[in-house]
Amino acid sequence: MNCTKCPTSTRAVIGLPRHNAAFCKACFTTFVHEQVARAIKAFKMFTPEDRILVAVSGGKDSLALWHILLALGYRADALYVNLGIGAYSEESHRKVRHYADTVAASHGAKLLVHVVEQEAGAGIRELATILHRPTCSTCGTIKRYQFNRAAVEQEYDVMATGHNLDDEAARLLGNVLHWQNDYLDKQSPTLPASVEGFAKKVKPLCRLSEREIAAYAVVNRIDYIVEECPMAKGSKMILYKEVLNRLETESPGTKQRFYWGFLDKQTTPAPATESMAEKDQRTLAPCDTCGQPTTAGTCSYCKMMAKAKTAAQPRA
Amino acid sequence: MLVQLSHPHRQVEIKGPKRTKELLRELNLVMEAHLVIRGDELVTEDEILADADQIEIRPVISGGT
Repeated sequence: MNCTKCPTSTRAVIGLPRHNAAFCKACFTTFVHEQVARAIKAFKMFTPEDRILVAVSGGKDSLALWHILLALGYRADALYVNLGIGAYSEESHRKVRHYADTVAASHGAKLLVHVVEQEAGAGIRELATILHRPTCSTCGTIKRYQFNRAAVEQEYDVMATGHNLDDEAARLLGNVLHWQNDYLDKQSPTLPASVEGFAKKVKPLCRLSEREIAAYAVVNRIDYIVEECPMAKGSKMILYKEVLNRLETESPGTKQRFYWGFLDKQTTPAPATESMAEKDQRTLAPCDTCGQPTTAGTCSYCKMMAKAKTAAQPRA
Repeated sequence: MLVQLSHPHRQVEIKGPKRTKELLRELNLVMEAHLVIRGDELVTEDEILADADQIEIRPVISGGT
């Protein structure tokens, strides 16, 4: 498979069925940067003058996001929240520190660190047990709080997270399955600082799939933690992602159409609504053969039967 | 070829030569949820992998809440 963008058709490193394309390393990096730049512009996320705080975990999405924003010339620092999940947190912390020291520092970007155990006296596993709450829910609350607090207290203009197309499509599927309308409003890639004390929040990777971001990290030699968080095993989000990936394999572009279609509907004003009965009364009339309602002069049943009778007649 | 897998971390020996997509199918894995890395380079689904290749199949799905 060769690169579909290069005039010299260099060997491709990734095929993207949903774009009907394949890219070599250089063209793929350009493609990813363009997708992020388009999201930043389309959803009015931030300007080159803004100070951005990236929420980093040591995983592929957040480190790739930090890398892309720095490559695009943005002023992006990062915050890592050490959750105290034993060896997993130690390893992810080491990966973040390594990236900050070896890459981000050369762009003048700095890493902030918050250690949950130092403030709360326990890691999130212990906190979840004490509070009788699911670990992922406890973790989510702590991270949202700490990232927002750091962004507001240290006067960043915007907080950026590494949520990708798969995250958003899976979240949308979960919200639709359970008709959680309140959560649907919060799925926009840009959430404004609606009240005093809330930082503006953005998701610049919302146009890129999880696989594309992982590939970007590999191609650009970003050393991220491949191991999954031990607390996430069996999570509903992973189940939804697996289901969506089955659909994507059969019909490339499904995830994109699902999530982007939702965003289009959110931003496009709904036309004046007409009830089903009103629409039927406006468009339907009796079939000129059988009298049942139809949008055409002769209904499709009568047309089909007339055609079948003609075809079945023996030729003279 | 020696194939390294994650979640859980393990290694399996698979007979080559074989195309990437055939390797994934044999292991019952979905391309959309994995990257295939030969040495330290990504390979596409039509690439032919040889017996002598060192392959890593890296899952890309993550998620908690």
